[in-house]
Amino acid sequence: MPLTTTHNPPTFATVLLRGLLAGLVAGLLAGAFGYLVGEPRIEAAIAIEEAATHTGPVADDHHEDELVGRDGQRAGLFLATGLFGTAMGGLLATAYVLLRRRLRATDDGRSALLLAGGTLLGAVLVPFLKYPANPPAVGDPDTIDQRTVAYLALVVLGLVAVWAGTLGYRSVRADAPVWQRFGAGIGGFLLVTVVGYVVLPSFQEVPDDFPATLLWNFRLASLGTQVVLWAAIGLLFSALMSRGGGRPESARHADDRSGEPAIGQGTPAHL
Amino acid sequence: MSSSTPAQPLVHPVGSARVWGTALAVVGVLLLLTYLVAFDQGAVSRSGMYLHELMHDGRHLLGVPCH
Repeated sequence: MPLTTTHNPPTFATVLLRGLLAGLVAGLLAGAFGYLVGEPRIEAAIAIEEAATHTGPVADDHHEDELVGRDGQRAGLFLATGLFGTAMGGLLATAYVLLRRRLRATDDGRSALLLAGGTLLGAVLVPFLKYPANPPAVGDPDTIDQRTVAYLALVVLGLVAVWAGTLGYRSVRADAPVWQRFGAGIGGFLLVTVVGYVVLPSFQEVPDDFPATLLWNFRLASLGTQVVLWAAIGLLFSALMSRGGGRPESARHADDRSGEPAIGQGTPAHL
Repeated sequence: MSSSTPAQPLVHPVGSARVWGTALAVVGVLLLLTYLVAFDQGAVSRSGMYLHELMHDGRHLLGVPCH
């Protein structure tokens, strides 16, 4: 019926803009969370850092907040999360366009949300459990290069693990008991994750006298900031994809069909 | 075109040179932006350490190794 076919399908540019917008808003939300929950912990950690620095000679005090004051850094938090969120939203949208067929999307809103959830798992949670965020005053500057490379490697491996989990899930017949599909998925995910955890180096650089409660609270705040970022990106991007480019309501009955929709090819072959 | 199409197709077929070229360019720009926020220490931004310090708190809270 002509009622539901008047939408123009979204172009790559449209999808990209939706991702960038979702990312920007999500980044600002994450910045607000970080400002409220994370900043008190950063302040406390900086106080410890300062106390350590000021025990040395005064001439040694070329501390980093000479260039940008603390107020500037607190405002810069929003710049950082806003730009980072925008970049992540754009990357997610691009990945969505390129992977859409492999996601077997029957519902753009749903697949977009699943992709964001997979990214949260692979690019945030997997790295965080081995390389949790550190507050100021924790971390040896001499190992920053090794830690950065290892962290990025684990981000990539985490995404590979999610992909492996998806392959595992799909390797079991769709009519098999659900525990078998999820078991294979979790197995594939854990296999890659554990290999990554074992192979990559560990860093133990928390000073002995750094307060454990502050470290824990900072890490929770950091994790919360990233979860807010990705949850918001996923929900907003999903909402924009459902609204502007989603399938019409009348297509709901098509949910259970197994065929992959063709991309840019008009009607799927099985219809 | 049937109204029961499971998902509306995106306009450019994946696999076409055009969409891959555009996607590569976009990914490059976005990775550069990510780098500027998360890792740059003035080498690319030419701002000295100014941008690095400005976005210091965000980097810590986003879980990126900082210092």
